[in-house]
Amino acid sequence: MSLRNYLDKIRPNFEKGGKLQAFRSVYDGFDTFLYVPRTTSKGGVSIHDAIDSKRIMSFVVIALIPAMLFGMYNIGYQNALAAGKLQEATFWGMFFYGFLAMLPKILVSYIVGLGIEFAWAQWKGEEIQEGYLVSGILIPLVIPVSTPLWVLALAVAFAVIFGKEIFGGTGMNIFNPALLARAFLFFSYPSCMTGDTIWVATDKIMGLGYQLPDGFTMATPLGEIALHVDVTSSLENMIIGLIPGSMGETSVIAIAIGAIILLWTGIASWKTMLSVFVGGGLVGLLFQSTGATPIAWYEHLILGGFCFGAVFMATDPVTSARTESGKWVYGLLIGAMAVIIRVMNPGYPEGMMLAILFGNMFAPLIDYCVVERNVSRRAKRGAQSNANQ
Amino acid sequence: MSETIKLRKGLDIRLKGRAAETVTRLKPSAEYALVPDDFVGVTPKVAVKEGDHVRAGDALFVNKQSPEVGFASPVSGTVVAVVRGERRKVLRVTVKADDKQEYVDFGVKDPAKLDGDGVCKALLEAGLFGYIDQLPYAVSTTPDARPKAIFVSALRDKPLQGDFELELKGQEKDFQTGLTALSRVAKVYLGVGAQQTAGALLNAKDVEVNVFDGPCPVGNVGVQVNHISPVNKGEVVWTVDPTAVIFFGRLFNAGRVDLRRIVAVAGSEIKTPAYVEALVGAPLKDILAGNVKADHHVRLINGNPLTGRVANSESVLGAHTSEVCAIPEGDDVDELAGWIMPRTNAFSASRSYFSWLQGKKEYDLDARVKGGERHMIMSGEYDRVLPMDIFGEYLIKAIITGNIDKQEQLGIYEVSPEDFALAEFVDSSKLPLQQIVRQGLDVLRKENA
Repeated sequence: MSLRNYLDKIRPNFEKGGKLQAFRSVYDGFDTFLYVPRTTSKGGVSIHDAIDSKRIMSFVVIALIPAMLFGMYNIGYQNALAAGKLQEATFWGMFFYGFLAMLPKILVSYIVGLGIEFAWAQWKGEEIQEGYLVSGILIPLVIPVSTPLWVLALAVAFAVIFGKEIFGGTGMNIFNPALLARAFLFFSYPSCMTGDTIWVATDKIMGLGYQLPDGFTMATPLGEIALHVDVTSSLENMIIGLIPGSMGETSVIAIAIGAIILLWTGIASWKTMLSVFVGGGLVGLLFQSTGATPIAWYEHLILGGFCFGAVFMATDPVTSARTESGKWVYGLLIGAMAVIIRVMNPGYPEGMMLAILFGNMFAPLIDYCVVERNVSRRAKRGAQSNANQ
Repeated sequence: MSETIKLRKGLDIRLKGRAAETVTRLKPSAEYALVPDDFVGVTPKVAVKEGDHVRAGDALFVNKQSPEVGFASPVSGTVVAVVRGERRKVLRVTVKADDKQEYVDFGVKDPAKLDGDGVCKALLEAGLFGYIDQLPYAVSTTPDARPKAIFVSALRDKPLQGDFELELKGQEKDFQTGLTALSRVAKVYLGVGAQQTAGALLNAKDVEVNVFDGPCPVGNVGVQVNHISPVNKGEVVWTVDPTAVIFFGRLFNAGRVDLRRIVAVAGSEIKTPAYVEALVGAPLKDILAGNVKADHHVRLINGNPLTGRVANSESVLGAHTSEVCAIPEGDDVDELAGWIMPRTNAFSASRSYFSWLQGKKEYDLDARVKGGERHMIMSGEYDRVLPMDIFGEYLIKAIITGNIDKQEQLGIYEVSPEDFALAEFVDSSKLPLQQIVRQGLDVLRKENA
């Protein structure tokens, strides 16, 4: 095979002493991406399951594609809607407008994030970890369309370095890196992340789309609730996703397709996913019955980042609870917390990000309690058998 | 009346090349060898010199920590080599077999009339005691600690493993005698698979029979111990391979050491997979003679693909080996973009492949790791194939971080490396779990000694 031969031919350049040894991690990354590594086991089991972390991460990225594609369309749709030109705008026109609006953010996210990952792997002499493949697409999907690229680059660098690498890389991090990037933006550049001016793209891009007047405002439904005005979107549009919001989080249908892929392949835990919705639903119902929130409990579940967070972020196996019974507690906590923040704190119209970070923080404690039950059962059994002797 | 214990966790891996149920007897080989590494945890002290003449049953080496435990020569003949490796570690003791075999006569005994000490003494004398393993630490046992119970699992359910029922045919009397002998030492629990029907198993006397129903690794003796009488700190449980029980029975019934065993020769690289009757220590090249396909790199395994040791043409049949396997090595395979291709010939417990749709299809797996080593990422992978009351991930983390208190709390005394073999197979982070557990157990054993 010619590509294989070519890779084998250039390999010596990247090995120690070669001209390009500073790019060993890059070469390794591409080689193992193109071909399944030929390494065979030395001891232990002689056969291995075909699964590896590349496959897992790739499937998460695939599961995110419907939300991404819909997000592109919705950017164009919101732009045309705001310009009042919905009648004359074409489907492909709106889609390409959104594509052009989102693409630079995806590119910046991957170039900055993977650049740091490659450099870090080179420095540590390790293989490149695939975790950022997922974070790199998650980050653009959870930010508003008008986020400046340099701010995004800063957030990505912060998330990768301080959210992941200093803990030891994928698998060792405490907080979800994508959410950390969003939290960084939220607290460092609040004007880019909240308010009513950021959710709709207002400029023409390469001749596509419509120029909106300066000072155009459009709030998300949750923003409208926080401002005590009536929610303007219909339930139908909330489910399809034709509402303003972060780029990939609006469509319940697109996220549901992703959820089916993740649950079918068993990559995400159905326990976590279900319990986030149950937790959010129960607390939403409570607030609805006391009149603390103007919208129905189920609208809390379909608005804002709730679905997106429940499906793609709460289920991140590294930062979620790892024990099976712990996953129920963890999910309930996140769902409940998200709605509590939304309703009780007028400063934060959206609570999902903080709720999941809060859940991440408590996941080790939840697991500790679950494992400790096993430990004390064993200790009791040991004490009993000693007493019998 | 036997009780059925149903377990749901686990995974059956169907590999090509299961042994057909025919047994051929291997012709005597020129040389036999005993490998100290087959007896885990034993530091060998060689008891013979090159040129010495030994009979079948004379000890070739003894356990340095417990010199009364010797390891019997499988044949009579002349010691031709004590092969040593790095730091003078004894790799094997080779004996050139006599044309006419002589056996040490240990005398026919009725174990029912012996007490526990008498049985142990007889096994020690004959150099068979070291075939008994123990929990904790999953090592070859020593006579200083008496067990609270003895476990024998008659079910071999790992991929390509030899069927014990086939081996049992014609050996029923010796098997029963062996069980009776062990029952004089402590209560014996015999674990039987739900599909097994042999009367010698289901109606075995002097033992408690438990039927285990479920996927692999339900046949692991450690799993069975965990469900019947888990090991607490300070307790010892013996675990005995069912073939060793037959060896013990022959010792009492015939008064001599007879290490004949029936091994499966299996795997996709074997031309005609079938059973062979051979002596412990017989050269693999005689067992495999002309039966291995030669069209690409082949991996020979002393044992099954999950727990067996990688072998080469110089290796000999291991003392605890119930099968010899040959699978493709796989270091000559180019597979494009494994992260996304459907790979319908790949087997996976994950549904990101299609093997879950392909029913009882048999797979031809090679020895590739098929991914890079990572930190633990996915959760719950180990627990799905570990049917024990153990938090596998947490125990592994405690071992990696060297936290001995935590290891004890999480039940390290109850596990052996083979219990983690399936977890190592399914692990998407490709961690060497069996090696990690082995190192953890070794450190703990040293600390507690």
